[in-house]
Amino acid sequence: MTLSRLTIHELHEKLTSKEISAVELAKEHLHRIETIDTDVKAYLKVTADVALAQAEAVDKMIANGEKIAPLAGIPMALKDNMCTEGIETTCASKMLENFKPQYDAAVVEKLHSNHGVMLGKVNMDEFAMGSTTENSAYFATKNPWNFDCVPGGSSGGSAAAVAADLAVYSLGSDTGGSIRQPAAFCGLVGLKPTYGAVSRYGLIAFASSLDQIGPLTKDVTDAALVMNAIAGHDHRDSTSANIAFPDYTAALDGSVQGMRIGIPEEYFGEGIDPEVEAQVRAAAAKLEELGAVVEVCSLPHTRYAMPAYYLIAPAEASSNLGRYDGVRYGLRANAKDVIGMFKETRNQGFGDEVKRRIMLGTYGLSSGYYDAYYLKALKVRNLIKQDFDAAFAKYDCLITPTAPTTALVKGQNQDPLALYKGDICTIPSNLAGIPALSLPYGLDSKQMPVGVQLLGKAFGEPQLLKVAYALEQNTDLTKLKPNQGKGL
Amino acid sequence: MDYEVVIGCEVHVELKTKTKIFCNCPTDFGGAPNTHVCPVCLGLPGTLPVLNKKVLEYAIKAGLATNCEIAEYSKFDRKNYFYPDLTKAYQISQFDLPICKNGYVEINVGGKTKKIGLTRIHMEEDAGKLVHQGATITSATGSLADYNRAGVPLIEIVSEPDLRSAEEVLAFLTNLKAIIEYTGVSDAKMEQGSLRCDVNISLRPFGQEEFGTRAEIKNLNSFRAVERVINYEIDRQTDILEDGGQVVQETRTWDEGKGVTLSLRSKEDSDEYRYFPDPDLTPLVIDRAWVEELRSSLPEMPMAKRKRLIEEEGLPEYDAGVITSSKVLAEFYDGVRAHYGDAKKTSNWIMGELLARVNAEGIELEDIKVKPEHLAALLTVLDKGEINGKIAKEVFAEMFNTGKEPESIIKEKGLVQISDEGAIVAIVDEVLANNPKSVEDYRAGKKQAMGFLVGQVMKASKGQANPGVVNKLLAERLEQ
Amino acid sequence: MITKEVVEKVAKLSRLELTEEEVAVHAEQLNKILETMDILKQIDTDGIEPLAHVLPIQNVLREDEVGECMPREKVLSNAPEQADGMFQVPKIV
Repeated sequence: MTLSRLTIHELHEKLTSKEISAVELAKEHLHRIETIDTDVKAYLKVTADVALAQAEAVDKMIANGEKIAPLAGIPMALKDNMCTEGIETTCASKMLENFKPQYDAAVVEKLHSNHGVMLGKVNMDEFAMGSTTENSAYFATKNPWNFDCVPGGSSGGSAAAVAADLAVYSLGSDTGGSIRQPAAFCGLVGLKPTYGAVSRYGLIAFASSLDQIGPLTKDVTDAALVMNAIAGHDHRDSTSANIAFPDYTAALDGSVQGMRIGIPEEYFGEGIDPEVEAQVRAAAAKLEELGAVVEVCSLPHTRYAMPAYYLIAPAEASSNLGRYDGVRYGLRANAKDVIGMFKETRNQGFGDEVKRRIMLGTYGLSSGYYDAYYLKALKVRNLIKQDFDAAFAKYDCLITPTAPTTALVKGQNQDPLALYKGDICTIPSNLAGIPALSLPYGLDSKQMPVGVQLLGKAFGEPQLLKVAYALEQNTDLTKLKPNQGKGL
Repeated sequence: MDYEVVIGCEVHVELKTKTKIFCNCPTDFGGAPNTHVCPVCLGLPGTLPVLNKKVLEYAIKAGLATNCEIAEYSKFDRKNYFYPDLTKAYQISQFDLPICKNGYVEINVGGKTKKIGLTRIHMEEDAGKLVHQGATITSATGSLADYNRAGVPLIEIVSEPDLRSAEEVLAFLTNLKAIIEYTGVSDAKMEQGSLRCDVNISLRPFGQEEFGTRAEIKNLNSFRAVERVINYEIDRQTDILEDGGQVVQETRTWDEGKGVTLSLRSKEDSDEYRYFPDPDLTPLVIDRAWVEELRSSLPEMPMAKRKRLIEEEGLPEYDAGVITSSKVLAEFYDGVRAHYGDAKKTSNWIMGELLARVNAEGIELEDIKVKPEHLAALLTVLDKGEINGKIAKEVFAEMFNTGKEPESIIKEKGLVQISDEGAIVAIVDEVLANNPKSVEDYRAGKKQAMGFLVGQVMKASKGQANPGVVNKLLAERLEQ
Repeated sequence: MITKEVVEKVAKLSRLELTEEEVAVHAEQLNKILETMDILKQIDTDGIEPLAHVLPIQNVLREDEVGECMPREKVLSNAPEQADGMFQVPKIV
């Protein structure tokens, strides 16, 4: 049993009991990255020096008898769209190939103040646009369960790193499912918090009204521990909620007795793999068995979520990505005048999917189309939110598939529209701003993990963690490790 | 054919806050390039804006001072376009829900009062500055971007197309500038760029209802430029229309040196700003009690003050206009009047001595050293006859240069007027003894010799002798 | 239906230079994507407020207090080209 397989809470005990040292733990991970990541290709940048210095500091604290935070000394990986001062932050784009941010993201500050150990920055779809991590401008990441499959995306590097034990946990970002879908594809717990729960300051924006940072972890307890460290109000983010944030571990009591859980029928329609559906229904049945009240319910506007999302997100992205113009940072192409420089820089710097979304977003915002597309999408967004409001008046939590299928096969994902349709289960919660958690629940017949998604009302993370924890405690289906030899 | 000119203005006013609109960087002028910059105003990836409360307060004050409705609900939008002085490729501005709308500014032209409508006032951020490496933007080999000004708060005040002549535009701008200055939300100085003006000009045949096609001339930074641009455009557009042509809707720029406007870009390129609500900023719901609090904090506005000076103080319209055109002058006037009773004399001294010296020295009104209560004291001793008018001007010059009180200047320089007959008689006798020819002339009937003798006595007394007493004593002696 | 001209206009607004081939590809893809958006027309959204912000947060304001700026070397640390403490760009026109 290697140390790298363990969870945050297991390792925290070993650190505080001085059974292991933080440096030893960091070194084991760095060694594993050196030997295994050549296959998995999760990391864009390994920050060994930073990790070892941070680990040493934690060892000193332990030696001095100081009480350490649950994340102290625990090696982690950051999705490469979170700014790290002086350390390359590329968004997996040629545009930001050598960009070393002048400041740390709010979540990075928080992890530092919790004495986390940063192993490096991990791969993603360029600017978080995609669901396979094949849109990285540098290389594709493999699914540790089966190297022929994608790890999902856009936080595919995060998911692959944790699933391959190349980091104990990772922070991803989720705009339309980018934490949950890769977590599902790689057999991990992935949590997209309520919009406003985690500061976006320093998260390189894709779609500002939808983006949210969250954890990818090996179990539910770890997700709660990471949330305790990263959630909270930040005056630098105007959309950050100024509320009292709970201790997320307090919800982990293992009981769902009397909880009301809805199964929205719209999430089980066309396109959902029957094997996935079977696992989700099995999870619902398990919850009923554990004492929850489980009922079929309806979110009638679900089918409009995908089109609304693919108007809103690209529109915001087209504006957010305007700043990559070659003037202040990042790639600069040569040209005889400024307009030529803008165009050439953006042509060379952005990949196809990014260009496609910029085009789509620009179109939707341009005069003559705004009302029919963007404004209409915002109204539909309201209807989708109202659906959830009505559902959460009756239910504590909803259960759905995380993705219509298990991990997709690599190199067969050229049709953008087919990929967009793969986001149908995850998108509505981003539009409504509500929290959503993906929990592994068994394997399909290809021996790939299936993700079950739990949806809660705004700031209802404790309920989601409670339900997920109950499933974790009462089945063997949630703690899964790649073991069939096609990957690791 | 005779055409009627129709003009609307868009005025950008830089707000006098300590920090930028969305970050904590200072707004001070004069820093070395790129030293008043942080990750937020540099538009670094991942940064987010947070609104400066003072900007909202100042925008509301400007709206209240110009009779606007203050929005119950307002929001920020992104105006998307690419330019190297813009760090995010969008300007955070306000589109469909500006903070203020439906206001007006009164102007007085040719003895008639007219209300110029204000469509809206909205908040936005300024862009950075480009330094062109060459004589002009067109001949430059490259440009350098300095982002110290990026994110400085602005309000844009948009007028209705209610203006009909250059004279009206100047009156509008003068009054608007004064109002803004009175509220204290901006220095409102065109020369320093804290007030900039775009004008939209079109022509239509007299009697025609619908407007003609307009040209927009951007970024005018002096009253003189505004006047010249309007006259130039009237001529240019008249020529086009008389030749049977059509005015193109476009943005033009003013070439100060050549005295012409030049086409910058046509409409189709410019209006695709793809506005949408900025997701990084939360909506504004404006508390009515706060609005009322701000309303009651506003000082008396220039038009009201002007009216008061005419009606209650009895000043001529011209005087009232000059004094109220600047907050500093108006406050100075009130400051003098608080200690001194004569309105017209106060106005004469402010418009005469004070403004003449300000103009001659080329200083700003804010930098006047004279205190109003000191001018009041000077006028009081003048009225009492303790000094004469000539001395008073001398004392004032010293007050203007040093800011000292008149009493101490008078004392230090021994300038108190001598009215004591005994003291003056001695000087008179001496002057008469030294000028026998003039005495003879006077006695021979050349009465004008008197003036010369008075002058000699005043000179001998270093101007301190009371001229009345001098006249009386001289006449007595000469008639003997 | 998005024409080649519309794609070219949108590319220009986005400051992207597309080859003729790319214009054709984008036109085809955008049309396919926008077709799926057409189902939005089926919903009656009269009287529904557009939802730009999911959380009911409003009036987030900060005090007008001066904070720290970045040292200039840091401001310019990622500049592709610089001169005299400023960001150098090619000529504007």
